[in-house]
Amino acid sequence: MTVAEIRQAVIDILSDIAPDQDLSALNDEMSFREQLEMDSMDFLDIVMELRKRYRIQIPEEDYPQLASMASTVAYLEPIMKDMPKK
Amino acid sequence: MDYDTIIIGAGMSGLAAGIRLALAGQSVCIVEQHSVIGGLNSYYKRHGRRCDVGLHALTNCASPSDRRAPLNRLLRQLRIGRNEWALRPQRSSRIAFPGVELRFNNDFLLLCEQVRQHFGEEAAHLQRLAQSLPAYDQYADPSLQTSARQFVAGFIRDPLLAEMLLCPLLFYGGPTEHDMTVGQFAVLFRSIFLEGLARPAEGVRVILQSLSHQFRRLGGELRIRARVAELLTRHGAIQRVRFADGREAAARRVISSAGFYETMRLCGPSYGTVGADAKRMSFVEAVVRLSRPTEQFGRNDSIVFFNRSEQFAYQRPKGLIDSRSGMACFPDHFEFDSPADERVVRLSCLADYGHWARLNRDEYTHAKKTTFEQLAAAAAEVVGDVRPLAEDVDLFTPLTIERFTGHDGGSIYGGTSKRYDGTTPISNLFVCGNDQGLVGVVGALMSGITVANRHVLSESGARTITV
Ligand SMILES: Cc1cc2nc3c(=O)[nH]c(=O)nc-3n(C[C@H](O)[C@H](O)[C@H](O)COP(=O)(O)OP(=O)(O)OC[C@H]3O[C@@H](n4cnc5c(N)ncnc54)[C@H](O)[C@@H]3O)c2cc1C
Repeated sequence: MTVAEIRQAVIDILSDIAPDQDLSALNDEMSFREQLEMDSMDFLDIVMELRKRYRIQIPEEDYPQLASMASTVAYLEPIMKDMPKK
Repeated sequence: MDYDTIIIGAGMSGLAAGIRLALAGQSVCIVEQHSVIGGLNSYYKRHGRRCDVGLHALTNCASPSDRRAPLNRLLRQLRIGRNEWALRPQRSSRIAFPGVELRFNNDFLLLCEQVRQHFGEEAAHLQRLAQSLPAYDQYADPSLQTSARQFVAGFIRDPLLAEMLLCPLLFYGGPTEHDMTVGQFAVLFRSIFLEGLARPAEGVRVILQSLSHQFRRLGGELRIRARVAELLTRHGAIQRVRFADGREAAARRVISSAGFYETMRLCGPSYGTVGADAKRMSFVEAVVRLSRPTEQFGRNDSIVFFNRSEQFAYQRPKGLIDSRSGMACFPDHFEFDSPADERVVRLSCLADYGHWARLNRDEYTHAKKTTFEQLAAAAAEVVGDVRPLAEDVDLFTPLTIERFTGHDGGSIYGGTSKRYDGTTPISNLFVCGNDQGLVGVVGALMSGITVANRHVLSESGARTITV
């Protein structure tokens, strides 16, 4: 998957977790917590969906890497780059 | 059949836990003893009409835009759209004590204004109390297991006002006599006074249908008329689950909403003795159907919490019931889009399980009649007399609650001590629902979610996290 495809995969997950949020204007550098008012329960769902959809296990110590879109994509890129697009 | 998780009970907490696990891709089976789902909030047919039990009103009715509010958080966790439940706010509710009444609605300012009118400067103290409340997720904090009454006394000087504020909170969530913990008080104060009450026009069925539909859509299995009779353990872990009809199933873990002691008894005598818990709070409720619309009983009363004695007593009655205080709920008196016409009034008050359990069949039938008379007479002083218009009365007692939900002592807010972390002496058994510490519909839903997240999803590498 390309970086753009990975970003889209995260967007797809976010739109399932927070269907009422407008994601089209998402600022990639800003934290999800601030921008989308996400809490710890919502973050758990990102981890859960990544595991369910792409079989990616994210160890707990890596959770802080999922703070914003930019950091999430940077974290996922080496793991997902060899995966076929879904 | 083997499952990742078996959940005991298809009440609010069991259904919520089930949805979370199904969302994570687990194989989950919810098993329910009764023929209808819902547990303490359910429905039944009587003379061809559907009657709701439980749910007077949903608490925690914060604005949909407040994303951090518990109701909105839990709907996100369950992936259910809030408009599916079509919640409509209360008109207003009333706390009626001898000689003084306070009205409140979903705007806290009304309560403050009412307090200012009747108690003057205490209004400022009430505001200070509201600003000093611990946050929702601190309810289990060891430092907040102290007396709510003392906490309130730190702000409110007038003992009458303190009683009046505690009254709806105790009725809507007090698991113990007289008092509750500061943690529980904060949750209930926020959910009732700061966020407020609402109802779906179609009653509790709407919520139950949306939960069970979501669970099944995600691949969950729901079995009714499946009573768990035994949890077979070995080396401190559950191996198999045995049902009343003799069938068995295996699961890697079990989450139970049947209550802590109730569940431990299923694990056999060596676990079943862990402390009986006799001091539980139970109620009677009369569901009264009228021949005319209920508007004449005060169209602005959604719920009325009343007390007619000098001192408000939240304690187990010394007889069958204590009708000195109680509640009247008018399910039609919410801001529905088109006027509701269920013509139902629900009257409730505290009841003592022990007194009801000692009656024989005839005495029981008779006691139901006299109890309704007493309760209706008491409520008449506050909301008007429903008896002349009553077409049909159904009264349920602590025994009814016990029979249909399996909760010891007919308790509706669980045991007197809570298992906040949801663990039990058995390594793969967890409790959710009232006995985990969160009560009410929203509390039970949140409890199911929290227990599933913390104990089950964490195993597969996803712990609740703070980024
Ligand atoms: C009259 C009344 C009015 C109420 N009003 C309100 C209100 O207005 N607002 C509000 O928020 N809350 C209200 N509540 C409280 C609220 O209903 C409860 O706090 C909440 O529903 C508890 O949900 P739960 O999932 O913990 O338990 P339950 O709903 O009791 O679920 C437990 C389930 O487990 C099943 N079960 C037990 N043992 C077994 C077994 N061995 N095998 C299989 N299944 C088993 C039971 O049948 C039951 O379905 C009211 C309750 C009552 C009774």
